[in-house]
Amino acid sequence: MAENGFETQIRTIGLNLSYGTTHVLKDITFDIGRKTVTAFIGPSGCGKSSYLRCLNRMNDFIPSASVSGIIEIDGENILSPSTDVIALRRRVGMVFQKPNPFPMSIYENVAYGPRLNGVKSRSELDDIVESSLRGAALWDEVKSKLGRPGTGLSGGQQQRLCIARAIATQPDVLLMDEPTSALDPMSTARVEELIRDLKVDYTVVIVTHNMQQAARISDYTAFFLLGDLVEYDRTARMFTSPSDKRTEDYISGRFG
Amino acid sequence: MDAINTRKRIEDDLSELKRMIFRMGRMAEESLEKAVWALKNRDTEIAQAVLDSDDLIDDLEDKIDGACMEFAARYQPLGEDLRVVTSLMHMAVDLERIGDYGGNIAKVAIKLASSEPIKPLIDIPHMVEKINAMLDISLTALDTRSPELAMTVFPMDDEVDDLEKQIMRELFLMVMEKPSRIEQSFLLINVARTLERAGDHVTNVAERIAYMYTGKTVRASQHRRKQEA
Amino acid sequence: MNRTLMRKSTNSFMTLIFWTCGLFLAAVLVFVIAYLFKQGWSVLSIEFLTEPPSEGMTAGGILTPLVGTVELVFVSMLIALPVGVATGLYFAEYSNDGILTRLLRVSIRLLAGVPSVIFGLFGLSLFVVFMNFGSCLLSAGLTLGCLSLPLIVTASEQAFLAVPQDYRDASFALGATKWQTIVRVVFPSAASTIITGAILSIGRVAGETAPIMFTGAAYFAPDLAKSVFSQVMALPYHIYVLATASTDIEAVRPIQYGAILVLIAIVLGTSAVGVVIRARLASKSGR
Repeated sequence: MAENGFETQIRTIGLNLSYGTTHVLKDITFDIGRKTVTAFIGPSGCGKSSYLRCLNRMNDFIPSASVSGIIEIDGENILSPSTDVIALRRRVGMVFQKPNPFPMSIYENVAYGPRLNGVKSRSELDDIVESSLRGAALWDEVKSKLGRPGTGLSGGQQQRLCIARAIATQPDVLLMDEPTSALDPMSTARVEELIRDLKVDYTVVIVTHNMQQAARISDYTAFFLLGDLVEYDRTARMFTSPSDKRTEDYISGRFG
Repeated sequence: MDAINTRKRIEDDLSELKRMIFRMGRMAEESLEKAVWALKNRDTEIAQAVLDSDDLIDDLEDKIDGACMEFAARYQPLGEDLRVVTSLMHMAVDLERIGDYGGNIAKVAIKLASSEPIKPLIDIPHMVEKINAMLDISLTALDTRSPELAMTVFPMDDEVDDLEKQIMRELFLMVMEKPSRIEQSFLLINVARTLERAGDHVTNVAERIAYMYTGKTVRASQHRRKQEA
Repeated sequence: MNRTLMRKSTNSFMTLIFWTCGLFLAAVLVFVIAYLFKQGWSVLSIEFLTEPPSEGMTAGGILTPLVGTVELVFVSMLIALPVGVATGLYFAEYSNDGILTRLLRVSIRLLAGVPSVIFGLFGLSLFVVFMNFGSCLLSAGLTLGCLSLPLIVTASEQAFLAVPQDYRDASFALGATKWQTIVRVVFPSAASTIITGAILSIGRVAGETAPIMFTGAAYFAPDLAKSVFSQVMALPYHIYVLATASTDIEAVRPIQYGAILVLIAIVLGTSAVGVVIRARLASKSGR
């Protein structure tokens, strides 16, 4: 992808993933750019969430999963057996489809990651919590009730809390697996706006079922179908004149 | 999700939009044809009819505009659907322009109705035939989804331009021979120019159709005769 | 119209039945407590709780059995809680679903149904005889611990399994190891349920007689226990003794009922404390 201003951060080469005998990702090769928002679209079961989980080695928790190929983040192959997976997960944060704040206070939720990293000083944690909550556009709403349980917030707020929690470890990459599919339209809009702001500091990779959402917020889009990467292009181009007929059929709703 | 049913509704709505464009195209063609006929045969009734029908063409343009906006709002189209709906909106504008030109020519027909023709009109009707043929081909290309067919229109515009130049030359000569002819010649030159512009608008329509179905911007200037400096 | 009427009257009728059952049970409870109170309240006083039995246990208080019960509960929980919770943790977080695991699970469930006297005999042969601790607080405490293990293991396992996988996923995604996740997220989340299980166990253990009869409960001990190897008196056993082997039935009866009231108070008291702790933990975590 030799384009102006595109700097590769995540390089995937020949990635193959199987769960047992099911071949879920077939020979995936492409580059994701630094500080861009890249959306993955495709019908259910096409492999996009599985690919996302490769990026932070969460597939390691699935015993039947076997991976081959190379994924380089900032030049380092994260699929190699010698990779420090714990350190990787601090550099690559993840936000899940269903908001899942810990059953702890808002403060503790955000401080969880930094505490794991060894931050002990209260004032340092205070700073991190505030800046993360600001970064997730949640600070003003919760600054007076940081001690309240995280689970007491509304759905949209909970998801922003999860985003704050994820960025508290100051990752380079932020993975989002259908982050708004469980939210109402108003909260969805706020999270989408947040994602546009987040790309200033983080590389965002977002899996979404909603093509209009991908069209709204992403710079680049990758279309997955049955484990193949069918097309990967600038979002504007893909959604006005896609190159592959399968992409055209998918985005105009001929199957889904 | 009912992807298939929504898809069918989208197809039906697009077909309806295209039908409206076809209708508008026919009305534009009729407008040009009738106006020139009125001019040739000094028929003020027909000319007036053309002027009256211009309102209908404008109404249709508004209707298509609204329908395309509704389509976009309802379906948030992407890919080819998006290109089609935006292109149809542009095409409606071009067709409305052509309708206006028909009206302009009808006005000239009324003006010249009482004067003696300085020459029989041959080339001007020729131009209209060509232009309407171009529009027919374009609309067929729209109906049959053939960008290549649409692109055959581009060289035809060259012929329209040639005819216009020819008419200009002839009329200049006639004025030089007999200066009293200047008023009529002037009006006829305008008619020729108007038709030449109509030809350009039809070319625009063809360009949009080619874009709609290929996804690539098509410029007529690259598919016709090289312009002389 | 007729059908609606029928439905409504059936509804009211069933509601009435259920209310009656509930009230009946409540009435039984109230009756029992009232009876016990009537019989035993005359001896209730501070002295009752702070004085040991005297004059062949026909007079005095219940200090020794009271303290003994507390000590037994303490020793048994000291063993049962760590072992039980750890086992529950193993089942929930570390085991695969193999044959061995399933066998272990089944055995734990079966153990829960074993009569308490069998535990007593088990404790007798293992702790008193084989390990040569003799009949003492340690043996009795260990036996009671074994008795409460199934309940604690099951409660812990259920508590851990009830923690949503979402929390673990989030923790892992933030770069925590399995152990860190267990300590920081899973355990605190499961704590309230585990505590409930512990409270229930305490209640059961405090009232058990058969397991301690052969393993450490004394008919009479002049002093409080000097070490874990001393015999102890225990409230349930003391009540049994008072009721069956006393020399002066008339004098002893109020003491006996008084002791029963104290025992019930202990059990209800610990349950109440457990409920309060559980409620406070639940509100803090927002669940």
